[in-house]
Parts: sequence; C-alpha cells; structure tokens
Amino acid sequence: MYVAVKGGERAIANAHALLAKVGRGDPAAPTVEVDQVTGQLGVLVARVMTEGSLYDPHLAARALLQSQGDVLEAVTLIRSYRTTLPRFGCTLPVDTAGLPPQRRISATFKDLPGGQQLGATFDYTHRLFADGGTEGPPPRAEDPAGAALPRVADLLGAAALIEADSHPGQDDVEPGDLTREPTVFPLTRAERLQALARGDEGFVLGLGYSTQRGFGNNHPFAGEVRVGEVEVEFDAPELGFAVPLGRIEVTECQMVNQFTGSADTPAQFTRGYGLAFGRSERKAMSMSLVDRALRAEELGERATAPAQDEEFVISHSDNVQATGFVEHLKLPHYVDFQAELLLVRRLNEEFRSRGADGPGAGQEVPA
Amino acid sequence: MNEPITYNTGYLDEQTKRMIRRALLKAVAVPGFQVPFASREVPMPRGWGTGGVQVTAAVIGEDDVLKVIDQGADDTTNAVSIRSFFATVARVRTTTRTDEATLVQTRHRIPETPLAAGQIIVYQVPVPEPLRFLEPRETETRRLHALEDYGLMYVKLYEDIARYGHIAKTYDYPVLVNGRYLMAPSPIPSFDNPKMHDNPALQLFGAGREKRIYAVPPHTSVESLGFEDHPFEPQRFDRPCEICGSSGVYLDEVITDDAGGAVFVCSDTDHCERASLAGAEDEEARA
Repeated sequence: MYVAVKGGERAIANAHALLAKVGRGDPAAPTVEVDQVTGQLGVLVARVMTEGSLYDPHLAARALLQSQGDVLEAVTLIRSYRTTLPRFGCTLPVDTAGLPPQRRISATFKDLPGGQQLGATFDYTHRLFADGGTEGPPPRAEDPAGAALPRVADLLGAAALIEADSHPGQDDVEPGDLTREPTVFPLTRAERLQALARGDEGFVLGLGYSTQRGFGNNHPFAGEVRVGEVEVEFDAPELGFAVPLGRIEVTECQMVNQFTGSADTPAQFTRGYGLAFGRSERKAMSMSLVDRALRAEELGERATAPAQDEEFVISHSDNVQATGFVEHLKLPHYVDFQAELLLVRRLNEEFRSRGADGPGAGQEVPA
Repeated sequence: MNEPITYNTGYLDEQTKRMIRRALLKAVAVPGFQVPFASREVPMPRGWGTGGVQVTAAVIGEDDVLKVIDQGADDTTNAVSIRSFFATVARVRTTTRTDEATLVQTRHRIPETPLAAGQIIVYQVPVPEPLRFLEPRETETRRLHALEDYGLMYVKLYEDIARYGHIAKTYDYPVLVNGRYLMAPSPIPSFDNPKMHDNPALQLFGAGREKRIYAVPPHTSVESLGFEDHPFEPQRFDRPCEICGSSGVYLDEVITDDAGGAVFVCSDTDHCERASLAGAEDEEARA
C-alpha cells in the first residue's frame, strides 16, 4: 500500500547540507573571502548591486558567495534583505556632471571639452588568455586635473539641438518608487527607468539589441558613456540642509536619438537614459536604448516592436520574478494535473463511444 | 568581518505589514476586486507563494496556529518550507489539523474539513487576472472589470462546449464574486469551487509576483460560471480513497508499477489521516 511521502523536512535539511558541501568545493582549497570578491570581481558585484537595487559592495559580494556565484540568486538575497530595511528619507538627485569621471567617452564628437578618457575598460583588449593572471603594468598617471567635465548632451542642449533633460514642473511630483508603491500601468518615465535599472542585464540587452536590428529602430548614437563616483547627499528636512553620505560609483549613458520633429516641434535630437551602479556599461547602454524605445508613444511614434511595448518590457524585465515563476514549475502540480487527466480521459471515452455508434460513426478517422 | 543581519518578527517590517493590511481591508470591502499592492521580495522565489507569504505575514499574530498545505498535503516540500519559515520568523505554533488552525495557507486546494467562522484561509495565487490568457494587457483587463464586461470569458467557455462538448477548464475555474467581479480562484481544482461559496471563513488571496491582493469575505456568494443548458459541473471521483475509504473527496492518482497500475488516495493528508484513525476506532468498537 502506498504511504504518503513523509519526511519533507528531513529531505530539505539534507538537500541544504549537500548544497553547502557542493558549494564548498575542494576542502583543501582556501575559501574565497568577501574582500577578494569585491576587489577582483567588481563587475559582477556591480551587477548584483544594480539588479538588487542596493548599493553595498560588501553585501553583494557576500550574496554572491552564499549563492555560489548564481547571480539571480544573489540578487534575490539582496532584494529580500533590502525590502525589510526601514526608509528614513530620500537623497537629493545625484549630479553626474559635477564630479570627475574615471572614464568618459563620446561617440558623437571627435573631441570635446575635457577630452575623451578611456579609463578602465575591456574595450580594445584582445580577448586572449593572459598568462600573467589579471595583473598588468601599473597605469601611468596622466590624469589631467581631475576636473569636472560637462555632459555632452548639455553641449548640444545649449544650442537647443537636443530636447531638454528637464521640463517645467517635473519636480512638482515626487518620482514613484516601484519598491514601495503598487505598480499600475501605464507607468511614468521615472518608474520605467527604475524598472529598467533593476531589470535583468541579459533581457534588457536583448531588447536594446532588437531596436538596433529594426524592431523599433530609433537611430541611436552613444552621446556619452561615463563612469565615475558621485556624491550622495541625504535630504534631512529637520536640518534644513543636505548631509553628504559618501560616494557611489555609477555608470551613466546618454543615448542621442534622431527625431524628425512634428507639427509643433522642430527637428531635434531626443534622449534615452541609462544609469547603473558600479562599472555596468553594457547595462547602462542597453537601458538607454530601451528607455528611448519606450518613449514611442510620448514622441508620437508608431509602437510596433516588443521593445516599445511598456507592459511587455516592464512586466518581464525583472529577473527575480522571471526566474521564480519559470522555476516554480518544479513544484508539485499533481492536483491540477489530476484534474486535467480526468477531463482528457472523459473526452477520450466520449470520442471512442462516438466512433463506435455515434452520429459521426465512420466519418472521423483519428490520425 | 560579516556583521550579523537581523530581521523583524514575521520577517516583514511593520510599515509593510500595515501597507498590506490596508490593501486587505480594501479587498474585503470590494469582494473579488484585485487591489494593487507594493509587493515585497520575500526570502523565497517569486511564484513559490510570495503573495500568500506576505498576506500571512501581515495577518499572523503570536496566538495564531498556522497550517500550510500544498496540493492538499502538509508534507509537500514547499509547504514544509513555508511552515518552517513562519515557525522561525514569527515564532507561531503550527499544526497539520485543519480544525486546529486559525490560519491556513494553501496552494492549489481547499481542505476537505469545512472551514469555520473565525478561520482565515490564504491562497497562493500565480495569475490573479482571470482574463489574462484571453487579454494579456493589464490596462485592457482593468477596463473590462470596470465595465463588468466579461463577454470574453463566456465566449471562451462557449467555444469549449462547441469544441469538446464540455467546459474544458478543470482548475482555476472562473467565479463571479458577490454578483459583481470575475475572479480567479487560484489553481484549485474545480472540485473545490463549491466550497468557496457562502464559506464562513475569511478567504484572502495573495499574488506576489503580479502585486495583487483580493478577498472573499465570510458568507459571500461565489458563483462558478456556466450556462443554463451547460451549468457548472465540478469534477467528481467515482471511487473512494484506498487508504481511508472516504468518498466525495479529491483524490491523487499514485502510480504503483511500470504497467500503469495506480491507486487513488486522498489529496488532503490531514483528512485522510483522521478518517483512517476514525475508521480504525470504529472497527475496534465493533470488535
């Protein structure tokens, strides 16, 4: 006689013990320390912070170690810790033009005030395995003055060739917060940008790529990509002034896109915007492409491609949600399956009895 | 060094609990209406009951006795996992007995033991929108609900009848709540649908990934859709449970050999256990 499977509790405990054992690898090898991860896997840490919506390299590294390198698992860890933290208030908007970038390039101008600065980049590296590990020669100090550099879009903005990055009254409404307020479509651009920043790098990359291949093309130019540290200031109403909290590293991308103008607007370049924590260039660039694509309706363009469809893009960009729901198919579904079995059996029986003596006997031959 | 990380009692912080309770109150006030809420991440994956977990976390108190089932069983791994989560973070007493529980969190079933006044049942909901597979857009389905325009669903049910001779919906069978809102009862088998109607317990539904909460207050009308000539027909089993002998209950088909042999046993493990026990006692009394 079948006895209902007991011992789910013991099975879970054993599975977790096995997971820890497998994750430890060769016990003779030293364990990886958190500082090694923050220092030597910085790009990975940046991704976990960006998609986890929490700037904390130490915690992100811890999450990566605990999740054995599973990025989405690490993001989930960060998110489900972040959401329990009390919120004391908001910071002021960060000023990305105000601080010296360690990297800043523009594809739209040969040279520009402050110059092009390659900084720490994989660009132009030959993707050949290096024998000497990741260490290279010490960089030569050619840092000019470390002066603040104007943003490229602002140079164009001065001649009104590009849409302004602010519009009158935009600060009257507090930007929404997807993590604290219900999401209801249609979203504001601020909410969309937040969702894209949290969105899965691979998904946003794929959508951005799709716009370049003609599914919602918007003729992008990388107006500027910059990486650097910005100061974060906390707005403390009871003090009456902003308190500096420290600096965070961010990557910003301003995509400049063609726009032919309309009856009431002259031809002008438009913008797509991307911002991510740490060194996250691919993410920031993809995000700015998708941001621009999602502005189709606002700019009176015909929305025909997936990347221009807000409900499609935003509902599916969150990898914590996506991976959870895809993987939940592992859970038992036997009650529903049983219900379907009953129906299929019944339909089959009816089909057979119809075939034997029903009105359609001899007419329908099952394939 | 790694600093120790602590979490609030019941995991969610108090402000979040209040936010969820406000959504629940609204849901109770408008039965069957999907209330958007700022769903939080919880320490299990989306789609694994994060909506149910948030609702439970928002209503659970230290005097509560919690029962968690998945597929009707208390010992399925995800039920075990969620139960031990609340035993740890909310320090509540847990039980497998439906009649002892003040709070039942469920996935895919309603217990066979009738719920009583004062009990709360929390359903885990994967897709809260009953019209979703007919109309993928939220903006559009919201409009359909506002206009009480449920023609799409009736057409789908009609097409089933035209094609198969039956309504081919066996679980997550759509219901009309309080004569107004079309509601997804979560993927419970249609067998369980009649239990929702006029139930003395409070029925709460949490969809974490989709960020929606809805409710059926006690003694509310819950009508499974149908037509006059093709009324709603809950599925039935024409045999009893092979362990406890109960009939009129939902059964799991358990494959026993390579030749396709199978036995049918109760999906509700608590019911099965108690019915077996009662059966054994009866036999003793007769002997």
